[in-house]
Amino acid sequence: MDLYVELLASTIRMSVPLILACLAGLWSERAGIVDIGLEGKMLIAAFVAASASAVYGSAWIGLILAIAASVSFALVHGYASINQRGNQVVSGVAINMLAAGLAVVLGNEWFREGGRTPALPPEGRFMPFEFPSLDDIPIIGPLERVFLSHSILAYAAIALVPLTAWALARTRFGLRLRAVGENPHAVDTAGISVAALRYRAVIIAGVLCGLSGAYISTSLSSSFVRDMTAGGGFMALAALIFANWRAYPALGACLLFGFLQAVGNFTQGASVGGVQIPVQFINMLPYVLTVVLLAGFIGKSVPPKASGIPYTKDR
Amino acid sequence: MHGDGDGMTPAIELIGIDKRFGSVHANKDVTLEIAQGSIHGIIGENGAGKSTLMSILFGFYHADKGEIRVKGQPVRIKSSSDAIALGIGMVHQHFMLVEPFTVLENVVLGAEGGALIGPALDKARAELTRLAADYELDVDPDAIVGELPVGLQQRVEILKALFKGAETLILDEPTGVLTPDEADHLFRILGTLREQGKTVILITHKLREIMAITDRVSVMRRGEVVATRETKQTNVEELAELMVGRHVLLRVEKGPSQPGETVLDVRNLTWKDRKGVARVDNVSFSVRKGEIVGIAGVSGNGQSELLDVISGITRPTSGQVIFEGKDIGILGDPRHVRAEGLAHVPEDRQHRGLIGSFDASENVILGWHHEEALGKGFRLDRDKVVARARAEMEEFDVRPPDPFLKSSKFSGGNQQKLIIAREIKSNPDLLIVGQPTRGVDIGAIEYIHKRIIQLRDEGKAVLLVSVELDEIRSMSDRILVMFAGRIMGERGPGADERELGLLMAGVAKDAA
Amino acid sequence: MMQARGELPHWVDVGLIPLINLAVALIVSGLVVLIIGENPLEAMWIMLQGAVGSLKGWGYLLYYATNFVFTGLAVAVAFHAGLFNIGGEGQAYMAGVGAAAVGLGLEFLPWPIVIPLAILASMAVGAFWAWIPGVLQAKRGSHIVITTIMFNFIAASLVGYLINYWFRPVGKMAVESREITGAYIMSFREVAREFFGVRIASSPLNFSVFLAIAAAFAVWYLLWRTKLGYEIRALGANPSAAVYAGIRPDRIIVIAMAISGALAGLMAVNEILGVQHRLVLGFVGGAGFVGIAVALMGRSHPVGIVLAALLFGLLYQGGSELSFAKPEINRDMVVVIQGLVILFMGALEYAFRPWVAALFFRAEEK
Repeated sequence: MDLYVELLASTIRMSVPLILACLAGLWSERAGIVDIGLEGKMLIAAFVAASASAVYGSAWIGLILAIAASVSFALVHGYASINQRGNQVVSGVAINMLAAGLAVVLGNEWFREGGRTPALPPEGRFMPFEFPSLDDIPIIGPLERVFLSHSILAYAAIALVPLTAWALARTRFGLRLRAVGENPHAVDTAGISVAALRYRAVIIAGVLCGLSGAYISTSLSSSFVRDMTAGGGFMALAALIFANWRAYPALGACLLFGFLQAVGNFTQGASVGGVQIPVQFINMLPYVLTVVLLAGFIGKSVPPKASGIPYTKDR
Repeated sequence: MHGDGDGMTPAIELIGIDKRFGSVHANKDVTLEIAQGSIHGIIGENGAGKSTLMSILFGFYHADKGEIRVKGQPVRIKSSSDAIALGIGMVHQHFMLVEPFTVLENVVLGAEGGALIGPALDKARAELTRLAADYELDVDPDAIVGELPVGLQQRVEILKALFKGAETLILDEPTGVLTPDEADHLFRILGTLREQGKTVILITHKLREIMAITDRVSVMRRGEVVATRETKQTNVEELAELMVGRHVLLRVEKGPSQPGETVLDVRNLTWKDRKGVARVDNVSFSVRKGEIVGIAGVSGNGQSELLDVISGITRPTSGQVIFEGKDIGILGDPRHVRAEGLAHVPEDRQHRGLIGSFDASENVILGWHHEEALGKGFRLDRDKVVARARAEMEEFDVRPPDPFLKSSKFSGGNQQKLIIAREIKSNPDLLIVGQPTRGVDIGAIEYIHKRIIQLRDEGKAVLLVSVELDEIRSMSDRILVMFAGRIMGERGPGADERELGLLMAGVAKDAA
Repeated sequence: MMQARGELPHWVDVGLIPLINLAVALIVSGLVVLIIGENPLEAMWIMLQGAVGSLKGWGYLLYYATNFVFTGLAVAVAFHAGLFNIGGEGQAYMAGVGAAAVGLGLEFLPWPIVIPLAILASMAVGAFWAWIPGVLQAKRGSHIVITTIMFNFIAASLVGYLINYWFRPVGKMAVESREITGAYIMSFREVAREFFGVRIASSPLNFSVFLAIAAAFAVWYLLWRTKLGYEIRALGANPSAAVYAGIRPDRIIVIAMAISGALAGLMAVNEILGVQHRLVLGFVGGAGFVGIAVALMGRSHPVGIVLAALLFGLLYQGGSELSFAKPEINRDMVVVIQGLVILFMGALEYAFRPWVAALFFRAEEK
């Protein structure tokens, strides 16, 4: 019983950074900017959050600076993709490397621990809420531990899912953003600036990656270590494809992938019908599922039509 | 009753509009007056400057000189949003629609009215119901636009413009993608719009449409407005002549043809695009040894698709392409079609005929690179490639005669000579040529024509597709005219240009 | 000769502008060093010393460069076909399984037979791991960038599983296979000791370096001297002209990806057969990604790739020496430089072109 409670609570914890990064990718790609650099933005944000929090003793300052760092990386990507009409995949790869290198180099210089940041005290972290009085009540206790034992960032992440869905579907900005990802010419002839829309999308992606990174280093954990995001950005990308670039399905895909991660962390594999499944197969499952989906064997995943294509006026 | 605009301020006045794109003078001092509440047709051949003029009016381009007045007031139109604000709407030839969006979402895009789109959607729904009743513009507001047939997509474009308060509606070649029934429906809609006091500018190359629905028509030729007529006081013959102009025949020296046996026999060929529209529609014709068959027509009437099918780039939907007794249509593979002895000078030299980043020598083997003469087996012998390039560049006088120069660095004429050299030197039984002299200087034109005729005189067959009527008339031994995917008729060499113009505009159809 | 406005001479486009981009990448890297309070020039000197100041340094430099030539060529061949293969990392990792399986499984055969077989196995497995995304792209339209990324992660888990469950000897704690004792590729040091009785500085440099040179030559020959290479380049340069020429895109995509994967697979030959002599976790260590930087910098030409690989070999070797000499500068500084090179030579390739053009024409008008 306790094991299952812990497993479900862990599922949510593992899902949160995926959800945030996946929504970041969603905003960016729905506007037509492919974002391979989610991982890098998460990583630099995780590093800056842990560093700033360690120096200033406040998780909130850490969060704000993490967002600033992530957004500045996003702007580099935006400049390369929107103004320079560069290859968006190449730009994303560059950002991932830059972030991975800078985090360790700067961390090593600032804290002299080989790239690790100092362990944060509770006030430097986003701590989970606790309701010890509920723990022993049947049903409510386990539910509390599964759903209420998370930090504020986790609830923010969950809340951002309906917010994103609503903003995309119901607001002027959302409508124009979706349009620019499908047919920028239609947006341009309607007298709307394509570049401005795409910059806004890229910045939103930066903010969300900032939240994701900060959650990883100052809520899930209490310091930054190298390669801390461990491919989370790419798993978020996989979830995005899995969700067919839509918000609620993205939540589902991230919870599924988070669950698989939690299972992988909990056991050295799982046993199905007496057959032992090695943990590596659980770990690779999200990626295998995504490839199968991309190959069109289960359902169909269609990216926004203009994504990855730099916009140029005809002639 | 309507359309005259007597005593009323014109809806639109274009005064002295001038526009250049580099060396191309797209609009020359164009002055045009569009009367309030009229349907004004603008007619002209490809490249006459119609679309450029309208793009200037819609704020997509800026005129180098000239003035635009809307309802008598001089205005500055810097972008599409300015044009929209002035009550000008445009239905582009290629629709500007967001396919996964619903009709309503497409209609409100850019006219949301506030941060939330809910109220705009409700307003648009009500408005659409009203417009549907007023103008026969019925479309399901909740349908996904990408799933609608082309005719309905066009209605969405019109609705978009009307929703944004368009008083003047520009339609650029609106019937090119429509079935005849859909086109008739569109004309009824346009007629109703006029009755409600809207102004319509119709860009087209189809004389039938001009005669059917316009009040007034302006003819453009080579960037200029050469005439404006009351539709009632003109006729198709006059318009065709104004449109085509009195051209001097190009200086082409050629004797009469001595046709031999049939090389290419196209039978009931049909090719449908992804949406099921027949772009090549039941076409039959043949080409014999020792003759040049020219296909005339305004671009976009199925010529490109016909070339693609014959050269094996696409497979026909139905019908046969019999080349020297063998159906090559089913091969669907340019490599095998070439091996049968068919050479192809493609219409689009930049995107098809050459690889810009490759040097001249590598372009001289494009499509023929499998030949054993260029290297045994898997090898490609660089020396042999360069030697071939040198020889062909010298023979065809490609300048500079440098096989190592990137092909994108050659002038248009020399690029085209490179392609002509490559295809003619493959010693084909049939050469199919698309737009051989588009964007080519006059000297190169003469040379290219000479080589094509020389090939004919050697007893080879040539199929020539061109939108340049002069070229077709001076080169061809027989002329076929294509319109809307069909062959409208066949004429002899030096056929009357007015007659050809009528066929090209889809007016008269022979019992072929 | 006066050039038309907007047209720059060839040497500016392929020589000067890439050099400017590289210089900007290095200058920004220098700024990072400045930010952490060190002297960039001094750092550069230490790196140079560490990499080319001794035979050992050279040995390491060439050893790193060997890996980067393979992965760089892999990225380049795919680039020429218009494909972005981000999966070199996973392809090399999987190839290690092939090398180790043959190296360990056929140990009873003499090494002149086993080594070529092990090399072929590396290439075959690497090719296979790239072939699947190639087929998925060609036949099902699955975007190759995404599938190759996914295949990196799948490879990471799969190889981990294979080492754990199949290669690790019973009772061994370290997650690695047993040692390949018979058929491995000798290091220069070993050869010098065994055959010439000479002691030279210790380095992992081994005979795979010649394989790298051969691979570079083979790629050049393939791309510029064969009909297949012509088709690969034609497809990448202008897909619609390629179709017009009767080149089948689906066929070329699959072949180009397989070749690309085979080249990435050769990296495992250097690492597994030449250095580690056993299959170890994570032996690729990012070399697949360095290949992207190397290919961009080498402009996808084998000569450029060899030069770029040498530069990155220098940076890697110099970087680790630097981190010994100056612990303040972590060796991940190399990763920063790598990222900046990709940014400025790839995504911002044309950023400085207008400036260069303006300067150029102003100079010409005078």
